[in-house]
Amino acid sequence: MSSYFTLHWQWLLAILGMAAATYTTRISGLLLMRGVVVKGRLKAALDAMPPSVLMAVITPTVLMTGKAETLAAVLTALAAIFRLPLLLTIVIGVSSVLVFRQFV
Amino acid sequence: MIPTFKSDFRAGLKDISPTLLAYMPIAMLWGTMAASKGLSPLEALLMSFFVYAGASQFIAVDMWNEPLPIVVMIATAFIVNLRHVLMAASISRHIQNIRRVFHPMMMHILTDEAWAIAERKALSGPLSLGYYLGVAAPLWPTWFIFSAIGAVIGNALGDVAAVGDFGLAAMFISIIAGFWKGPRTAAVIGASALVAVLTKSYIPGRWYILMGGLAGVLVAALLHTEEEVRTPEDTMEKGVP
Repeated sequence: MSSYFTLHWQWLLAILGMAAATYTTRISGLLLMRGVVVKGRLKAALDAMPPSVLMAVITPTVLMTGKAETLAAVLTALAAIFRLPLLLTIVIGVSSVLVFRQFV
Repeated sequence: MIPTFKSDFRAGLKDISPTLLAYMPIAMLWGTMAASKGLSPLEALLMSFFVYAGASQFIAVDMWNEPLPIVVMIATAFIVNLRHVLMAASISRHIQNIRRVFHPMMMHILTDEAWAIAERKALSGPLSLGYYLGVAAPLWPTWFIFSAIGAVIGNALGDVAAVGDFGLAAMFISIIAGFWKGPRTAAVIGASALVAVLTKSYIPGRWYILMGGLAGVLVAALLHTEEEVRTPEDTMEKGVP
């Protein structure tokens, strides 16, 4: 039981260092934007961030893993385009990837 | 009904609930990997509590060999998480109605998933503190508690986590569709995907997120034309029709 609570001080240092680095990335976007008036081209760029960053995040999973994942992603996109609820879209995505992994 | 903190929190919690389920197996898988490198459940819990960034935690555990390359690990965490700069810059526009004193705490719980759901909500107006916390706050204890559980119970979670991984991708696909504004959006996500594939193929690590994200944003800025964003207020101020 006591081994559950082992704490190496060097490891704690690494953890806290990584935490500080990560928090810096989170707070700096907020600080950078302080006092900036957002309009025109800058607004167009910021508005594009959610779809652009999310697409980059999922690219290895949906485009670089295998045919099953890519096909399931297309099916999921169709479900999303037809405005199915989020949870149903996720269920379609997950179940189709399981099926495609068996047959593709 | 006038929205209250409580009703906004509930609305946020409802929108994030599928993600809560997806976090559990992934956190447990990470906890398992951490335990295999010798981290105690307490250490796993502390890392998930303080760092709270999935991708960088998986990479850190991968690098976890004695002697610990602490400086490299910290630099890697910074680089892997640079996408947060973009995310926070974008979300900052939608939280200006929320008291500044809450902002530092709100940023610690900003994850890809919470950000995606919050941005979707922000399409229809500014975010309230209740909604933001309903979305972002429950994910945090889910992540660190299930990390510790994973570190205690050990292996046999590989398949479950693979499903959870695609579940998150499916959620992001659905959210991307919500941002659809015509052919320009296709150009944005096309550029992002192309650059992400190229970056991932040639540069190791997680640079593809930042490079792909920036490519899409650059395309959006290049395709921007002044006419179509001119609002009635602009026209009135300038005194031209």
